[in-house]
Amino acid sequence: MAVLRLKFTKNERDKLAQVLWILNWISVLTGILLFSLGLFLKVEINKRGELMAERDIQYVPNMLIAVGLIACAINFLGGKICYDCVDTNKFLRWKLIMLPYIICTFFFTFCVLVGALMCYSMRGELEESLNLGLTEAIRFYKDTDTPGRCFLKRTVDMLQMEFHCCGNNGYKDWFQIQWISNRYLDMSQKEVVDRLRSNVEGKYLMSGVPFSCCNLNSPRPCIQQHVTNNSAHFNYEHQTEALNLWMRGCREALLEYYTHIMQSIGLTVLLTWLFELSVLTGVRYLQTSLENVLRQGDLNSESDGWLLENSFMETARTNLNIIKCLGKGNQIDTANNGDPNINVPSTSKAHYGPDNVPLKEIPEAS
Amino acid sequence: MPFMPVKFNLQKRVKLAQGLWMIYWLSVIVGILLFSLGIFFKIELRKRSEMMDNNESHLVPNLLILVGLLACGVNAFGGKVCHDSLDPIKFAKWKPMLKPFLLLCCGFNALLLLTALLCFLMQFAVYLTLAEGLKNSIKFYKDTDTPGRCFMKRTLDLTQIEFRCCGNNNFRDWFEVQWISNRYLDMSNDLVKDRVLSNVEGKYLMDSVPFSCCNPGSPRPCIQHHLTNNSAHYDYDHRIEELNIWTRGCREALFSYFSSMMTSIGVLIIATIILESVDMAGLKYLTTALETMEDPENPECESDGWLLEKGVKETFGDLLAKLKTLGKTNQVVEGGDAPEAAN
Repeated sequence: MAVLRLKFTKNERDKLAQVLWILNWISVLTGILLFSLGLFLKVEINKRGELMAERDIQYVPNMLIAVGLIACAINFLGGKICYDCVDTNKFLRWKLIMLPYIICTFFFTFCVLVGALMCYSMRGELEESLNLGLTEAIRFYKDTDTPGRCFLKRTVDMLQMEFHCCGNNGYKDWFQIQWISNRYLDMSQKEVVDRLRSNVEGKYLMSGVPFSCCNLNSPRPCIQQHVTNNSAHFNYEHQTEALNLWMRGCREALLEYYTHIMQSIGLTVLLTWLFELSVLTGVRYLQTSLENVLRQGDLNSESDGWLLENSFMETARTNLNIIKCLGKGNQIDTANNGDPNINVPSTSKAHYGPDNVPLKEIPEAS
Repeated sequence: MPFMPVKFNLQKRVKLAQGLWMIYWLSVIVGILLFSLGIFFKIELRKRSEMMDNNESHLVPNLLILVGLLACGVNAFGGKVCHDSLDPIKFAKWKPMLKPFLLLCCGFNALLLLTALLCFLMQFAVYLTLAEGLKNSIKFYKDTDTPGRCFMKRTLDLTQIEFRCCGNNNFRDWFEVQWISNRYLDMSNDLVKDRVLSNVEGKYLMDSVPFSCCNPGSPRPCIQHHLTNNSAHYDYDHRIEELNIWTRGCREALFSYFSSMMTSIGVLIIATIILESVDMAGLKYLTTALETMEDPENPECESDGWLLEKGVKETFGDLLAKLKTLGKTNQVVEGGDAPEAAN
């Protein structure tokens, strides 16, 4: 009892081959699309590499790039096969390769599915990486003279201006670290020395934020210093003032940005997976119908095409048996205690030529 | 004596028709490119229209859009003519339209030349509009409560951040203008009152700039206030400090942006003129080659193609004579009037 049996006339077979040829070429384009999406994601992650702590998140774009390239190759081969299937003579060339090709493509579509699911699972690791990375970046904001961290200030400023965010969780993160380098602090002034002594670690802390936290939409000029001190500014109440600084934290902003990218990529990959699966189904039908035509002998007759020759359970059983026999072929026969050199007398009847007369024994020379 | 004659056999004619068909479709793509550049330029002008007092001239982008659409139409028609040219029945349909079509192409080339000239000349107008507009923008920076100017602050801040510039000519433009609204000044404070009274117009002036002038590449946190006062900040000399705030003026920054855009569009238009001339020459050769076939039934025969039937001087002479006769038909013939009047 075949699974999903369908009848195909000669015309239908030819049409199916042509349509599959076009669909395979479209799949090559989707493979290129997957490749470029992976490349895009890799570039985006590397752009903000300074702000992310060391975490294993490069595997997602690498997987997408690999899957895209393999999809191009597989579908290119599939297109060539389908193009040749219109002509039955050329099909004989590909007859032996088609079944392994279909099995390989079937397992490959699982890889595509895994790639799509990975896009959605990356979020947790990304959040942790961003959290650690941003905390470090804010701590090293002032170190513009330390090699390797010279441009961290610029990166953080550009990040806050571009993504409209301030600090890691919020603007108060800037109150807990010293973001003005000691090079620019006048240590001879009493106020500066007092402030440095006022906390255990000797840091110059203040309720001020860098200029990049300033909100463009504010109707009044930006208040960066003494942000929590209402009396320091005229007509200012920091609890109700929402337009002065960016209220959102940069971790949340970056996470939202990357999640948005990855959701779009994940959706595209899922659609590509469905498309690949449908093309594969078409190729399977083409293969089985052409093989049946060859078995019947008459190239112009109708033939059946199916997904599986027997039912699902029987096919699974047969395949398991094959795998078991393959396993047995590797095992040593335990009847002779494992020694293959012992002569086991043959139990079958020997055939001694047309007269069936056993050979005379050759007399030994004395 | 025809101008630049070339002999054509069947193969050459076919090759010419095919090549010309491809060039015409390339010209259609260039027309689409011109159209989209016109739209892009229009959008950019609109985006920055607040910096130009909403006074900017949209002549160049509108002309570009028109020229792009015309190019698409003209070249698509030319492509269709070329496609049909090797089939005598189909070509006979197009034959009478060819002379007016070539004249139209000439006119279109003249329009392209005018557009290219405008692209280069209108840059002066853009410069002047920017100078005036930026001056007013800086003046109205603080008026975030005045309807119609609410977003001037936001636009100017965004422009200074995006184009990495400060003020009109340079950052000192901010010193001459009150950019903090009176709503946020504590008039009961003596310092504030002194400052307001210290100048004739009663403006609260100070040597500070808004935060959008700050340069993120500076190694030290941004110094916005008391810029010219070295003693107000530790280890600071305003004469040698270059990285603190942007030193370029916004007029120069915006002008160089628009000027480079307009120059590249002008260069593209000149390339389009050359392409269109090549199209016209090819079409003229093809049509004359098809017309001068001795035996129209035999496609294998040879024929001549040329650009002008007579030499250049003779053609111009003929044109001038035609124009003169056109003018003369409008004049009343003097000899015929007098006998009528006598009657």
